[in-house]
Amino acid sequence: MIDTRRYQSLGTGELRLELEDLYARYAACLDEERFEEWPEFFTDPCLYKIVPRENFERGLPLATWLCESKGYLADRVTAIRKTAVYAPRYVRRIVSGIRVLGWSDAVLEVRASYLALETLQDELTRVFNAGQYRDKLVVEGGGLKFREKLCIFDSLLVPNSLIYPL
Amino acid sequence: MSAGSSRQRKWPAEGVSRVPFWAYSDPEVYAKEQARIFCGRSWNYVALEAEIPRPGDYKRTFIGEKPVVVVRDHDGALNAFENRCAHRGVQFCQRHLGNAPEFTCPYHQWTYDLKGNLIGVPFRRGVKKQGGMPADFEPGKHGLRKLSVARRNGVIFASFASGLQPLEDYFGPSMLALYDRVFDGRELTVLGYSRQLIPANWKLMFENIKDPYHASLLHVFLVSFGLFRADQPSKTEMDSTGRHGALISWRGEQKKTEDNVDMKSLIDNFRLSDPTLLEPLREFPQYTVVMTTLWPNLIIQQQSNTLAMRQLVTRGPREFELAWTFFGYADDDEVMTRRRLRQANLMGPAGFVSIDDSEVMKFSQAGVGPYPDAVGVMEMGGRDWKDEPHMVTESVIRAFYDYYRQVMEL
Repeated sequence: MIDTRRYQSLGTGELRLELEDLYARYAACLDEERFEEWPEFFTDPCLYKIVPRENFERGLPLATWLCESKGYLADRVTAIRKTAVYAPRYVRRIVSGIRVLGWSDAVLEVRASYLALETLQDELTRVFNAGQYRDKLVVEGGGLKFREKLCIFDSLLVPNSLIYPL
Repeated sequence: MSAGSSRQRKWPAEGVSRVPFWAYSDPEVYAKEQARIFCGRSWNYVALEAEIPRPGDYKRTFIGEKPVVVVRDHDGALNAFENRCAHRGVQFCQRHLGNAPEFTCPYHQWTYDLKGNLIGVPFRRGVKKQGGMPADFEPGKHGLRKLSVARRNGVIFASFASGLQPLEDYFGPSMLALYDRVFDGRELTVLGYSRQLIPANWKLMFENIKDPYHASLLHVFLVSFGLFRADQPSKTEMDSTGRHGALISWRGEQKKTEDNVDMKSLIDNFRLSDPTLLEPLREFPQYTVVMTTLWPNLIIQQQSNTLAMRQLVTRGPREFELAWTFFGYADDDEVMTRRRLRQANLMGPAGFVSIDDSEVMKFSQAGVGPYPDAVGVMEMGGRDWKDEPHMVTESVIRAFYDYYRQVMEL
């Protein structure tokens, strides 16, 4: 609770810097394919979902990707590393327009836009996925963690396969 | 006429144990498929009734590459017509789903009722006695092109052809029994959509779901987490024409409790960190997995408790959209809905299992596209086709091509 109060007492500018840093580290972790570190950005349990905007707006519960705990996140990493068959690729995430909605009790609500660029071996880099992060963060272990991260994507048609997290 | 033109296309003499690779890339073959298969004498999946429950509810969808609209009429009847204004061809309906008392083309506001009849033409009598349609213009002759519609237990099919056999005969007894197993008359509920653009010929998707041989080899996830093995009890079933097919498997004697599936790995001691991801509950009699392909555009997925329609929308010979509609039953409790949503992680564009398929289809197209004169070999389990009590066969693909060749006269 002391840590939470410390974050809650930050000025707008300071909190923005904290969040800019967090989202930059999050994107870098994935861009650099350090997937094993990815679950550490989350609390346990947590909610991580990638959802087509049409489902979100219609109130339909289906996610393209659903994780409800760190274990789920780790299972996805196992699949990426050990079981899934896919073409080599680079994915780069651009996070922009980070916006603080505010605290509700100990939960900080944040929105941001993201863009995922995908580069396949024989193809030009393309916009793979564009959407909005709708995140709920809490302070844990001295830092901000995602209790909930929803990636609501505009581009309803997924170009073939969604392999890496957003 | 250059070498490789479709006029000289000849299927290999070995018959259906071969597929010539021009079948996956030739634009003339593709155009013929549109005419003979999707616009021909076939029942095409278009919607679930649960998507359009109220009068005026509509769904914009496709048959082959042709845009169509399915709508529920004021009296509850289901209609389908081309999404193409009878005037100048504008695709007038632009939303995936919606509700409308009538359809108006935005260009010149020609208006159609929910049956597709033309009911309004602005300035038909002219303006200030100038212009207007000829006196003998008959709106009754300028409606939208209507499609035949059939439904069974909550699923809607449409056809450009008329006088087709009823759905039940079209499926045949064996496919009908598998269909009714999932669509047993209970009200359905839509859980959500996924859409994928797969850079491959549409037939590669059908082949994939008609190919049990690959399941235990490509899908390391299934095998390493103990969800599927090549020696698991399984079989293939087809209708008498070979155009429809199903891959069926179930848990063997050694695993009696469906509810408590052993997640221990069979090859590498993998174990799910969070086993709640998959906690299958026996829901349907006898079989745990039934993947059905219904000619020419539908895959019905029943993978344990995750249920989905996968609709194939063609977009040229080298690309298709795979439109997934995940569903459950209106009487599912919260626990069952959660189970379906969790198991949906296996399927779709990010599916633990289906990622492998969409990626491999792309690799297939990358191989067969540039080599149209080469030929694929499918002799696993023989050279003809029949139902088999095992998974080590390409029989269902051969059956598909047997029917395909008849329809295409190839």
